[in-house]
Amino acid sequence: MIRIVTAAVLVAAAMIAPLEGYWRLAAFLVPYAIVGWDVLWGALRNIFRGQVFDENFLMALATVGAFCIGEYPEGVLVMLLYQVGELFQDFAVDRSRRSIASLMDIRPDWANVEQENELVQVDPEEVSVGQIIVVKPGERIPLDGVVTEGSSTLDTAALTGESLPRAVEAGDEVISGCINQSGLLRVQVTKPYGESTVARILELVENSSARKARYENFITRFARWYTPIVVIAAAVLGLVPPLFMGNWSEWINRALIFLVVSCPCALVISVPLSFFGGIGGASRQGILVKGGNYLEALAHVDTVVFDKTGTLTRGVFHVTAVHPRHVTSEELLEAAALAESYSDHPIAHSLREAYGKPLDNSRLSSVEELSGRGVCAQIDGEKVCVGNHKLMAESGSECHRCHRIGTLVHVSINGQYAGHIVISDEIKEDAPETIAALRQLGVKKSVMLTGDAKEVGEDAARRLGLEEVYAELLPADKVERVEALLAEKSPKSRLAFVGDGINDAPVLSRSDVGIAMGAMGSSAAIEAADIVLMDDKPSKIPTAIRIARKTLRIVRQNIVFALGVKGIVLVLGALGLANMWIAVFADVGVSVIAILNAMRALRVSR
Amino acid sequence: MKKVYRMENLDCANCARKMEDAIQKLDGVESVNINFLTQKMILTADEEKIQEIAEKAAKLCRRVEPDCRVIL
Repeated sequence: MIRIVTAAVLVAAAMIAPLEGYWRLAAFLVPYAIVGWDVLWGALRNIFRGQVFDENFLMALATVGAFCIGEYPEGVLVMLLYQVGELFQDFAVDRSRRSIASLMDIRPDWANVEQENELVQVDPEEVSVGQIIVVKPGERIPLDGVVTEGSSTLDTAALTGESLPRAVEAGDEVISGCINQSGLLRVQVTKPYGESTVARILELVENSSARKARYENFITRFARWYTPIVVIAAAVLGLVPPLFMGNWSEWINRALIFLVVSCPCALVISVPLSFFGGIGGASRQGILVKGGNYLEALAHVDTVVFDKTGTLTRGVFHVTAVHPRHVTSEELLEAAALAESYSDHPIAHSLREAYGKPLDNSRLSSVEELSGRGVCAQIDGEKVCVGNHKLMAESGSECHRCHRIGTLVHVSINGQYAGHIVISDEIKEDAPETIAALRQLGVKKSVMLTGDAKEVGEDAARRLGLEEVYAELLPADKVERVEALLAEKSPKSRLAFVGDGINDAPVLSRSDVGIAMGAMGSSAAIEAADIVLMDDKPSKIPTAIRIARKTLRIVRQNIVFALGVKGIVLVLGALGLANMWIAVFADVGVSVIAILNAMRALRVSR
Repeated sequence: MKKVYRMENLDCANCARKMEDAIQKLDGVESVNINFLTQKMILTADEEKIQEIAEKAAKLCRRVEPDCRVIL
């Protein structure tokens, strides 16, 4: 800073001062040395190390060249401007690094371990599985574990992007990275730090830059050729035309302009930075993307294939309708819940949950489970049978079909049909809006795959607004279906598969982009997928697509902008219409603008 | 085997690219990725030779950018 200001003042003085000949040269050399000594030194050092064509070398050559052809003020000012540009560039890079560091700020610094009735802060990496750690209010949970004592609410915003607090109490699993908001928790560690959620997320985001997008590879290849070609062009421009036309200084000046523009830095920094920003911004929303290539593919998705259970539906069964005969709904539910009160079956669970009141088991006697059919029991001396239509046929009561779709639980009391209860998997709240949002984003096809019965699948599809559904599929059929869909879509577009990451690893890897959701608990999901949603909200998928498209838009803008400006300056320079100023702008100025533009990718609008 | 090395004073993105290019050519290197933003080098190489390779890589980095240090 001081150097730049001093040099600027000295140059201004030198320009006003009425000096001639060598005095004039000296007056300009002083500020030049002040502002540019490190560039010159760097250039010299690198030449001896066999590294030509680096930025220092090019700037040194350009400015020394300017001095040689007598353009003293030009030489100093170009160096000055270059340094100002570098300063801005450093500032911009520094800022981006800081934003990225703050993104990674979910790393816990310590864990509190009780030793001889005293709390000791230790490195989370030193805590072993089974140890009890203490998490105070306001602290970040350092390792995955199970709460053994205490209750509190957790802020999961750092992991999922949702600031909705989650209540936990003894027996609940907690995930590292969440912030303990209210109460003191004692947590028994279940995973070493390296396998805990936080460590995995950090590793995933940091390594994402290794999987490069097509644009990044293009830039790398481009950069390899661009600089040498421009430098050779500069040499030709500076030497050949003056051989025929004379006017050496003019042509050398034009060649110097070429040299200044020849660094591909703007592209080399801004393209990976945009992808990194996009991936970082997405991770703030609880969307983990494993590489720039997946972000790129996601932007081109026009077919989204969903697994049904656990993805679009909760995967938890609920009573959705009660159709009684001769009794009240309440009585029907009570009878069913009581009869099933000893069962562990998910359906029994949903019946008890729907009844919602404490059950008096003493009213119950001689419970008989009939596998594949249901349960028969004596309640207050009455024989109650609860089960499917086969059981009804056996107990001699005819049963009714239902217009509602789902699993039917029939109930008979003393051989008389008492009605049925419909149990179905609930559709996730945000599932229909997800499908609508995808359509709005121009996704041509949303497809649902399910292993469930045809009616159940079609009913869910109707309620979700899905066009295509394939039901009664075995896991292997799902792969086949996805392959057929892959063959159908246009070659330029991409297919994404969304599943819960548990049984669908083959499908996840077969599709162009595999998205697994609900990773908060399952490490298998993190492994199998290309994109991982931390929570189980399907509405994160349109968000992810929006982020991907925005990132790619920024990347394209930067490429077009940087190459465009450099191209124009090269042409103008060759024709003698550009001066050094414009050339320096095309170098550092473009870099700064491209970096600032790239940082937009980090900001995510909800 | 994969190892992550921290880097200091990595100031130019184009240099990071040049370093990657040069290190990739070293014998025994499976893959190398230099992340300019997080200032880290992720090196995948033979387990027995990785230390040796990392030292060579550090030297190559210094050649491209004299102030840059790889923390081994």
